[in-house]
Amino acid sequence: MTRNIKEKIYLLIVFAFTLIAVIPLISVISYVFLQGISAINWDFFTRLPVPFGDPGGGMGNAIVGTFIVVGLACVVGLPIGIFGGIWLALYGNNKKGFVIRYAADVLSSIPTIVIGIFAYVLIVLVMKRFSALAGGFALGIIMIPTVTRTTEEMVKMVPRTLFEAGLALGLPEWKVIMRIIFRTAWSGIFTGIMLSVARITGETAPLLFTAFNSMYWNFAVDQPTATMTVQIYNYAISPFAQWHAKAWAGSLTLMFIVLGVTLLVRKFSRRVHYG
Amino acid sequence: MRSAGDAWFKRIAFAFAASIPVLLLAIIVLLVKQSWLSIHTFGAGFIISSVWDPLADEYGALPFIYGTLVSSIIALIIAVPLGLGCALYLSEVSRSKTKEYIAVMVELLAAIPSVVYGLWGIFVLGPWIANVVQPFLRSIFGFLPIFQGPYSGLSMLSAGVILAIMVLPTITAISREVFNSVPNYLRESALALGATKWETVKIAVLGPARSGIVGAVILGLGRALGETMAVTMVIGNRPEISSSVFAPAYTLASVIANEFAEAVSDINLAVLIELGLVLLFITVVVNGIARLMVWRLTSKVKARP
Repeated sequence: MTRNIKEKIYLLIVFAFTLIAVIPLISVISYVFLQGISAINWDFFTRLPVPFGDPGGGMGNAIVGTFIVVGLACVVGLPIGIFGGIWLALYGNNKKGFVIRYAADVLSSIPTIVIGIFAYVLIVLVMKRFSALAGGFALGIIMIPTVTRTTEEMVKMVPRTLFEAGLALGLPEWKVIMRIIFRTAWSGIFTGIMLSVARITGETAPLLFTAFNSMYWNFAVDQPTATMTVQIYNYAISPFAQWHAKAWAGSLTLMFIVLGVTLLVRKFSRRVHYG
Repeated sequence: MRSAGDAWFKRIAFAFAASIPVLLLAIIVLLVKQSWLSIHTFGAGFIISSVWDPLADEYGALPFIYGTLVSSIIALIIAVPLGLGCALYLSEVSRSKTKEYIAVMVELLAAIPSVVYGLWGIFVLGPWIANVVQPFLRSIFGFLPIFQGPYSGLSMLSAGVILAIMVLPTITAISREVFNSVPNYLRESALALGATKWETVKIAVLGPARSGIVGAVILGLGRALGETMAVTMVIGNRPEISSSVFAPAYTLASVIANEFAEAVSDINLAVLIELGLVLLFITVVVNGIARLMVWRLTSKVKARP
């Protein structure tokens, strides 16, 4: 009898906890949608921010800025991640490989704001001004561990027979790697890259004192740049209701991009097969 | 026969791979170098001093270390039962298709940007905590000093709750993996002895998975310690050590986020970088321990027939 009651309590607790766990997600998404949708219009995507009190205005420069900073991050992070992953998969079964894998693990556990300090010291202090470049550099470092790890795993999944078949055709090893192995593994690597891009698009902390912020259009990589996340943060902690509405609208735009990419990639990646 | 191109390809790929440990080393070396002024000036007393007054050039890290640790511990107290319950539902209880949707939803929690959590924390979670949760806690546990003082949405408790939501996906995903790595014959043996579902889980799953669960919890802790934006937006940002979780507090990551761009002097900047170094040290050690535990368990279980 008591055993049955215990069983019922166990199931009840498990169901209840699972239910509680999904409530925040539903709450966040519905608030962002409901509050954001009423503040979003065409001007929001195309206009510059306006001073408090002026009607209208938008986040156009911050949306462009986010794309610039994320693009720069890819320039920094992807070569290291992809080639590093290929090296680890093909030649990394030794002490050097262990050290590099370990370093990537430690790098992924460093808080992103600390990476921001590194970019500040290395780039902002030297150039003597905040810049999109410094922000992109910080986000690029944040990408590296994920991209390295996925590339390594995906390249390792390519069957050895493909490699041998390429060599048997008389191709040099590097051509086999780039033309056959890499292409075969590409869809998996791409999944990893897009998930990592989605993650850094939502990063704020490392941008606060690297890319900083700007109220104007900026396309130069050596100048301070507005980004969506920093702009949302500034609007959110302001005391003005008019700016809070902009923060919700910015969040809606950001969530649309980040969750959209995450969901699409997940759906797409299920269809990837190897072998 | 190897072509010259092969040798070059290998060298270039290695150069990129080797840049990862080089970057890691550069981060540590540069942070130590840039905070040297502060390390040299304040010495070990920096860690235990609780005075924070940048204008008078007096700095102590203790309120921030305290805030970082306590907010993360609150997060774990909330997230561990929820995460384990969720993981049990996903790996042991549910056989239906709802399971897949729940799994995706918990994963999406991890994809929401921190600043969006912060915004939601300021306008939705904070007021709810001040108006509902804190009065409730005081009415039942009001005799404890940690549940006394004025209600506030910008508080240590709000930071703990928002961190709990943010580490929930980590704890759920890893515990689920650990549960899945427990071999089925253990469950079947328990069931064959007439055990109920709960008894099976207790005997055959939670036991072997114990050190993996601890690993999952510590990995969650690692994530909570370094989280910046959402916490900065709801913790109230006051460098004081208060006995009540209703009071505002401050964390290492938050003070860096708030004051770094406006550092008033060289020593102020060096101090903030040293706080970054302290944070780096804490998270790397915590993550190292967690990885070791998860790794030891999954390799041990898989080694069995």
